[in-house]
Amino acid sequence: MTQIQELTIQLGQVNYEGHTFNCLPIQGEQEVLQVIVSELDAMPIFVTITDTQILCITYLCKQSEIQPQRMADLNKTMLELNVAMPLSSFAIVEDYYVVFGAMATSSSFNDTCKELITLASNAYDALEALEEYLI
Amino acid sequence: MSVLNKIWTALRGGVREMGDAIVDSNGIRIFEQEIIDAKNSIQQAKTNLTEVMARKMQAERKVSKLVEDIRTHEGYASKALDQSDEALALEVAGKIATFEGEKREQDAIVARLTGQVEQLKAHIKKAEKLIADHERELSIVRTTESVQKATEQVVENVAANNSTLNTARESLERIKARQELKQDQLEAGELLDKEFAGNDLDSKLEEAGIKGETASAADILARIKAGKQ
Repeated sequence: MTQIQELTIQLGQVNYEGHTFNCLPIQGEQEVLQVIVSELDAMPIFVTITDTQILCITYLCKQSEIQPQRMADLNKTMLELNVAMPLSSFAIVEDYYVVFGAMATSSSFNDTCKELITLASNAYDALEALEEYLI
Repeated sequence: MSVLNKIWTALRGGVREMGDAIVDSNGIRIFEQEIIDAKNSIQQAKTNLTEVMARKMQAERKVSKLVEDIRTHEGYASKALDQSDEALALEVAGKIATFEGEKREQDAIVARLTGQVEQLKAHIKKAEKLIADHERELSIVRTTESVQKATEQVVENVAANNSTLNTARESLERIKARQELKQDQLEAGELLDKEFAGNDLDSKLEEAGIKGETASAADILARIKAGKQ
């Protein structure tokens, strides 16, 4: 059983700090698990496990959704916020602005739950902060 | 150039398809081959190292044996001189000269082998560092690739389900709708509480003293007492 499959089973059964996790594996060459955190369900989290890391990614929006003339300002603000944001960081993947958390593959299941909930909360905050930059 | 640098340069050059540009499977294969080569060369260096160290120990043993021989023969020569046997002493001295010649040779061998040991150790260290660097870089490549693939799959998957990844506006609206729903529920709850607790007809009647509580224990007792009289 792969680490993602194990995680799927564990997440399906747990209630962590009042949150439950709705998991949906996404078919394809790369193993990806969609996780929706209860009460924080507006944006799903996508979990990928590589050789060295557990990556949890939330797609905030496409770059084309941002007012072009304010993009540089937004990028700078995100960089400035990065350190303060607990357990997560901003990034760009392909065309998407994302918030992501990276953990060692040896992280405990509890750590993963904490990461997912924190990430979902951060994504909510980030999206609200992002609103003024939207087209 | 490090992998991170290559990716950086590619991004600055506006390359979007990193899958083709840098992290192509051929590049990964070359990296993996270099790691395998480095591991093999470490194995080879370790085999050589044991051999060289064994030869060095052998040479060192020869040197100590020669040092001992020289000392013994110096003793012999001294005794021959004590016996005033100059000829014998000279012969012994000749032998000592041979020993010293051999010792010089062995000393040179030990020095050369010591140099080789250092070289091999440095080589192993270098190869180990190369492996660690390559594996870290390979992990950067693989992670980049994994994240790209994951993103493509996510996009494809939502497309297949006749939807797209939410735009920020949609997500925001959903969050707001959720918050409004919560607020509405809260207000509805309060309304219901009020309805049950205060502002309904019963409570108005009660307040007006028209419809009171059911008889209290004191009332009942009073009634019983009245019945007895």
